[in-house]
Amino acid sequence: MDRVPVLRLGGLLLVSIQVDLEDSTALALQEDLSQAVVATGARGVLIDISGLEIVDSFVGRMLSTIAAVSRVLDAETVVVGMRPAVAITLVELGLDLAGVRTALDVERGMRVLGSTTAPRADGLPLAR
Amino acid sequence: MSVESWGAVLAEHQADLQASWLAEVAPPLAGRVTRQELERDGRELFGALAAGAAVSGSFSDGAYDELRAVLTELSRSRARQGLTPSETATSVFAVKTAFLRAPGVQPDAAFVALSQFVDELGLFTFEVYVEARERVIGEQSEQLLELSTPVVKLWDGVVAVPLVGTLDSARTQVVMEKLLQSLVDTGSEHAIIDITGVPAVDTQVAQHLLKTILAARLMGAECQISGISPQIAQTIVALGIDFGEIRTRATLADALVHALRSTGADVVRGAGAPARTGR
Repeated sequence: MDRVPVLRLGGLLLVSIQVDLEDSTALALQEDLSQAVVATGARGVLIDISGLEIVDSFVGRMLSTIAAVSRVLDAETVVVGMRPAVAITLVELGLDLAGVRTALDVERGMRVLGSTTAPRADGLPLAR
Repeated sequence: MSVESWGAVLAEHQADLQASWLAEVAPPLAGRVTRQELERDGRELFGALAAGAAVSGSFSDGAYDELRAVLTELSRSRARQGLTPSETATSVFAVKTAFLRAPGVQPDAAFVALSQFVDELGLFTFEVYVEARERVIGEQSEQLLELSTPVVKLWDGVVAVPLVGTLDSARTQVVMEKLLQSLVDTGSEHAIIDITGVPAVDTQVAQHLLKTILAARLMGAECQISGISPQIAQTIVALGIDFGEIRTRATLADALVHALRSTGADVVRGAGAPARTGR
């Protein structure tokens, strides 16, 4: 089974989805990512879906779920690089990814996270 | 046959003619036009023809106004029912066949064959002509769709779509695709949809706009609607349309200023510039 790599980037986690997701891969990613957020204490998660050409309601819901899980674990999720066709499909499916922040590309996504994930008030470093 | 002779045949055998017209026309149209409709068409057609023939032998004569009206209505209803030009014209040519079958008429067989053959040529030509014309119209409306939805870059990171004309589903699709693609191409985080040129906003148009804006938001861009006239603002409220968090502006200028401010730029009047008179 293919696994989507979860890369650590300072206090952030970067997931770059380059292939069309199968349901099992999507579930594995959800699992891996929540493990990684806890393990690294990341404050932000960037999901790059610029390689994703086809979405279905399952993948759309998975994105929402990942964002919700991350928020529970005190990490902000930003979905970046969504293609126009994918955006149109999600809107037609009635999925507005409520609670998920979006940005045009990885760089802008990092800027979004940079402005919201200020260093912890307790003085702990971003990543343990 | 001269007008006197075919007029006489018509006056004498109108019922027979109608019946053989119906027999000629009905089979190819079975299932698409009801028999009652065809009977009514036949009655009107022969009635108007008889009324005209009693006065004149020339179709351009005013005596045939009623017949023209009947034919217009027949052609329109056939077009609405989705019948081909040939199938429509056959209803008229069947009048000739009905006459040739009328009692007491002895047509020249060779001439009848030739006449029917030429009719078919005419129908074929007409069919191809209509097809070509529809293709031209289709291409033109496609071009119009493309032309009428330009995406313009207003500033670094700010694009705008000035919408002119009525918004329907097909057009919204084109606008949506072009706007979203331009967000990717130019890396813009701000989009403005200007509806100054949209004559009316109803719930469906609002729905289309909302979809476009939601899609832009999913891609990580902020989208505003500008150019809302006082009338449209009142309509939107009266219809109970809720644009939610989407920012709506009265003018494109207001929207541009907001977009510039969110990118970190500010609009400042230079020294020596004339005092502002308007807003």
